[in-house]
Amino acid sequence: MQLGRVVGCVWATVKNASLEGYRLLLVQPLGSDLRDSGKRLVCTDWTGAGAGETIYWVRGREASVAFLPDQPPSDATIVGIVDSVHRAADDGSQIVHACPCKPGNEPITRPWDGKIPSESPPAEPSHTYHRAGASRRRKFKPC
Amino acid sequence: MILARVVGTVVATRKDPRLEGKKLLVLKPVSPEGKDDAGYVVAVDTVGAGYRERVIAVSGSSARMAEGCKDTPVDTAIVGIVDDVRLD
Repeated sequence: MQLGRVVGCVWATVKNASLEGYRLLLVQPLGSDLRDSGKRLVCTDWTGAGAGETIYWVRGREASVAFLPDQPPSDATIVGIVDSVHRAADDGSQIVHACPCKPGNEPITRPWDGKIPSESPPAEPSHTYHRAGASRRRKFKPC
Repeated sequence: MILARVVGTVVATRKDPRLEGKKLLVLKPVSPEGKDDAGYVVAVDTVGAGYRERVIAVSGSSARMAEGCKDTPVDTAIVGIVDDVRLD
């Protein structure tokens, strides 16, 4: 899986019958520092992601597995929307990119003991996803 | 999947029997702005794309998932003709 950012969308009226009904988005792959890295590509969307959102995507055969039992001819699929990225800096501190989709949200650097915090998962997820083919509405809790 | 432009056709008389009747096209990958990227790729056409048209090409084993390419030795297939690309 790789990080990416939605930078646009693609319309195609004439398409393979197995690809009917799928959203096609343009994705710019990102590095772990959330800077652009690599060429933009077209992804099918499983999540209902919108323009500018930071997402993660899978490539290869697994991209069509995301839509099981359907298996569309896709080699790249957006499978998640990123809420925040925590990463280790060279000096041992921790850099937190919280809500990277929000413009002007600069990463925060804070000291870190190297342990992964054992947080229980939130009671209610910030995003609710719907499978492709069902309603594409997504509940979005603002940052 | 990549965006590409159809730049030519390939004719092959001797080929795998499962590829018979399939149209083979030469694609040049392009950026969303329409500029050419490096390299060429030969793809099986599943949508009836024509010369100079901008298309979506899927590569790898996912290409076999396309309608008409089931159980065929295909690793790149054209699965859509691009109407428009919007950059946000």
